[in-house]
Amino acid sequence: MSALFIMIGASLLIAIGFLIAFIWSVKSNQYEDDYTPSVRMLFDNTTIQKKENEIKT
Amino acid sequence: MELQKFQYDNKTVKLFAYATIVWGLVGMLAGLIAAIQLYLPAANLALPYTTFGRVRPVHTNAVIFAFVGNGIFMGVYYSLQRLLKARMFSDLLSKIHFWGWQLIIVLAAVTLVLGKTTGKEYAELEWPIDILITIVWVVFGWNLFGTIIRRRERHLYVAIWFYIATFVTVAMLHIVNSVEIPVSFWKSYSWYAGVQDALIQWWYGHNAVAFFLTTPYLGMMYYFLPKMAQRPIYSYRLSIIHFWALIFLYIWAGPHHLLYTSVPDWAQSLGVVFSIMLLAPSWGGMINGLLTLRGAWDKVRDNVGLKFLVVAVTAYGMATFEGPMLSLKSVSAIAHYTDWIVAHVHVGALGWNGFMTFGILYWLIPKLFQTNLYSQKMANAHFWIGTLGILLYAVPMYWAGFMQSSMWKDFTPEGQLKWQFMDTVTKMIPFYIARSIGGTLYLIGAVLMTYNLIKTIKTGTFLEIEEDEAPALKGEYVAHSKDHWHRWIERKPIQLMVLSLVVVAIGGIIEFVPTFLVKSNIPTIASVKPYTPLELQGRDIYVREGCYTCHSQMIRPFRSETARYGEYSKAGEFVYDHPFQWGSKRTGPDLARQGGKYPDSWHYNHMLDPTSMSPGSIMPQYPWLLEDQLDGNSTMAKIKAMKRLGVPYPDGYEKVALSDMEKQAKEITANLKKDGIETLPDREIIALIAYLQRLGKDIKSEKITDKK
Repeated sequence: MSALFIMIGASLLIAIGFLIAFIWSVKSNQYEDDYTPSVRMLFDNTTIQKKENEIKT
Repeated sequence: MELQKFQYDNKTVKLFAYATIVWGLVGMLAGLIAAIQLYLPAANLALPYTTFGRVRPVHTNAVIFAFVGNGIFMGVYYSLQRLLKARMFSDLLSKIHFWGWQLIIVLAAVTLVLGKTTGKEYAELEWPIDILITIVWVVFGWNLFGTIIRRRERHLYVAIWFYIATFVTVAMLHIVNSVEIPVSFWKSYSWYAGVQDALIQWWYGHNAVAFFLTTPYLGMMYYFLPKMAQRPIYSYRLSIIHFWALIFLYIWAGPHHLLYTSVPDWAQSLGVVFSIMLLAPSWGGMINGLLTLRGAWDKVRDNVGLKFLVVAVTAYGMATFEGPMLSLKSVSAIAHYTDWIVAHVHVGALGWNGFMTFGILYWLIPKLFQTNLYSQKMANAHFWIGTLGILLYAVPMYWAGFMQSSMWKDFTPEGQLKWQFMDTVTKMIPFYIARSIGGTLYLIGAVLMTYNLIKTIKTGTFLEIEEDEAPALKGEYVAHSKDHWHRWIERKPIQLMVLSLVVVAIGGIIEFVPTFLVKSNIPTIASVKPYTPLELQGRDIYVREGCYTCHSQMIRPFRSETARYGEYSKAGEFVYDHPFQWGSKRTGPDLARQGGKYPDSWHYNHMLDPTSMSPGSIMPQYPWLLEDQLDGNSTMAKIKAMKRLGVPYPDGYEKVALSDMEKQAKEITANLKKDGIETLPDREIIALIAYLQRLGKDIKSEKITDKK
């Protein structure tokens, strides 16, 4: 059943990769603010006020 | 803080949008042609190129990789730039990406029609195209990560996380599943055999659904739905949780495509458990999408794009509820091999992917061309025709699937099977007709959209240069805590790309090394022998004509199946099957024990005209197999390749293979002659008969010696 080793190995690798990405994202404060990003994406370049929104990042 | 001016690349987005529309029409038309052949086999126009077994892969590949694929790139290229406040990393890469992908699609269409196929569902493309896909995919990833690194917005919006997961996982799946040994430029054998090949293939197959049809589209939902509704997503926190949960769980669900087959039980159970758990994150996504519209449903009434999105998200919810249910062994026992599955995937494809794409196009094209949609009325008509089309497609297929499965399992009080297989086929005809009408409606809707969008494009002017400004990130970022170690690489796009490649490659290496080292330890059956050269050639014809799209070769251990087809299939019977040909649908009967069931002449006549042997059959005619000459020159290379894959032909066998082949062909020709059929031994039909007569016979000849 060597194919299972491949599958599970590859799956684990991906899972570990995602875990690392997850830890990175938490540690780099990606999720510190879980409200502003949802609103910020609504502003387009046509709206001049966006600059004020940018500054706080 | 100094503001940097930059321009968005709208041209690539526009090109991908055009490609989405064009390939969408092509893919749906191919689907319609295939669907019509199920009740009107003559609709193949008596050409090999347009026969169901070849058109079906064209359809699936076109709608998945051409229509949805270009749709993904359209959505990613548009949203990524705006979310990151940056132009795409490299115009050259964008160009290579776009034209490379279109080249792949054209090559795919041509080769599939010509019967150049690996015979693995949704991964049919031959090895040169596989390599091309890998290159273009890496180009896409390079462009993606390059843009991320050059971003002017620190936070990565949740949509981008979905895009990253898509890139990484699809790369890995594609590479692992496509390991094959080339025989010639357009022919290869899968590295894996039988059970192993099946596991890898459906691990790939299911995750193609997960990471090609789902995660990128969820990312697009998280961008376009709030944009269209002008409302922030219902819960950003939920979006984060459901993203991480979804990608962690999805990768394990593949074996639910192989329930009750010869795959080890524990692997099946693992697949079931993860599939059930998937319900939670899937519905998290659906609920998040729908609740975004709370208090804004008036916008759904007025905005036709949003209408499409609402149905898309609802269809996603239905399909992802049904998926876990179908993964239960007892439900799979009923639904597997039937049109139920066809209904299920089309709720996803037509509803979720199709409607999401249409909705985005209706919003995006007017925006790119700085104008209003040409006709709201026409778009509304599209919405209703499309919705009706989905219903008319799905309902008959559900009905048909359930009915056919019940008939297959029906016994008389005396303990005999109640229905001939043919009875269960002829009963399907009305449903197949209804389904093709549903599909036609859906296609008409898409044509309406195309007309509407062309008109829109003509009235507007393309926004080639869209300027924006944002402060640069570099150097100005003050970490909330101490700076993270990962920072050093983030400013170096090329190094990051190389590192990412290394990471992906490690996956490959870790995976392939065991295959080199671990000798196959599937329970072997002493009587199972490699195919003879003629049978091998016949098998390749079987693969070429796409027989696996309608016939399974996997008898499940149910009384209803063993009574109909014979002894249930064992893992050890498939050790020389590169690739496996278990199939996933029984439009026709299972063929795992076909060998010896009928005389050679039956097969000859059946291929010439299936209805002559089985009245009512909807199988296409294969007259070209009777005329075309078998390419005997490839035999040596094929045996050599098989030997390299570990198939135990004797040493130096490739040298005598050709004469062995001719000998067996003469025997079959002589056999046919006894029944009054005059033919030459070098015709393709002879090889195919040899293969069909071999199927499942090895363990019939002696008592099963299932050595563990």
